[in-house]
Amino acid sequence: MIFEWIVSILLLGGGIFILIGSIGLNKMPDFFMRLHGPTKATTLGMAGILIAAMIYFSVTTDTISVKEILISIFLLITAPITGYMLIKAAIHHKLDAKKGTKGLGKIEED
Amino acid sequence: MRLEAKVSWLPTPFRSLLLFVVWLLLNNSASVGHLILATILAIFIPLLTFRFREPQPLILKPGLALKHFLLVLYDIVIANVQVSILILGSTKKLRPAFVKVPLDLSHEMPITILASTVSLTPGTVSAEIYPISESINNDVHEPQKYLLIHVLDLEDEEALIKMIKQRYEAPLKEIFQC
Amino acid sequence: MLDTIILIVFSMIGIALILNLWRLIVGPSVPDRILALDTMYINTIALIILYGLQMDTSLYFEAALLIAMLGFVSTVAVCKFLLRGDIIE
Repeated sequence: MIFEWIVSILLLGGGIFILIGSIGLNKMPDFFMRLHGPTKATTLGMAGILIAAMIYFSVTTDTISVKEILISIFLLITAPITGYMLIKAAIHHKLDAKKGTKGLGKIEED
Repeated sequence: MRLEAKVSWLPTPFRSLLLFVVWLLLNNSASVGHLILATILAIFIPLLTFRFREPQPLILKPGLALKHFLLVLYDIVIANVQVSILILGSTKKLRPAFVKVPLDLSHEMPITILASTVSLTPGTVSAEIYPISESINNDVHEPQKYLLIHVLDLEDEEALIKMIKQRYEAPLKEIFQC
Repeated sequence: MLDTIILIVFSMIGIALILNLWRLIVGPSVPDRILALDTMYINTIALIILYGLQMDTSLYFEAALLIAMLGFVSTVAVCKFLLRGDIIE
């Protein structure tokens, strides 16, 4: 079954990206670098899993199922906003950046 | 940049389209009843609520907007693979940096879209827009605005700024005509 | 085959959740903990969608959508509180 293969690949890709996002959350040395994993990798991982679910339900049931796209778009829109709010809070609390971060002087007081 | 729509009973055409599509997606059907209900909702909800918000610039080039959206989607996939490789590699080799990008855009809405694109795509997270202002009015005589971004692995600052300005900012200027 | 793949992805997301939980516990700062919590929300959506796939029902879609919305709103509210000490100004 070709659709099983497509669904499997999308699911596996999504799972790997979600796992990488969490690894980035744990591995990175400071907050600003930790932010990169969850805002990017996890969003793409979710999109992969949701598209897999969309294809699966479209094939197994008679109707075409497109509502999973809604969650993908919602996450795609909200992920940058969450990241922006978090980095704003981090700058406000003057969290330490990793030593050797260039351009720290560009942060202005708010 | 144009703030007012041409048709008075459709003040925000793209929000109406969005409502129409989201209603059909939520119900996962395209039957006649849902189409009629979605049309009614898409016309009346913006009519009732458009006074609550500041008028936002309209998309003047829908074709270009669609093209830019597809380009950004493609870039998201590429950038995610790159960031994944960076995450799995050695953390000691990474060169994090804060970079200030001067903006040509002046209105809030295109700047928000640009900041979101920058957050999602090339190994960067947008952090702040300078100068910080609490006022909502969009004066003509505003100071030059900057976007502060955090880069996970900076190779060449000039090249990165140039890439963001050419690849993501120029189409937005074209789409909103500002 | 698909059942095996679903089980594998289940375990991947489970490991991801444990890693997030570790970050939530060790911190060291409050924004770190919020970030870990937000990532946990998103991973839970993935778990629910996967459970729907395994049970062969799309009933859980609404639950996933609700969790997505609540997660976003609560993260923004907590960040706002950290920034100003107030949620609604």
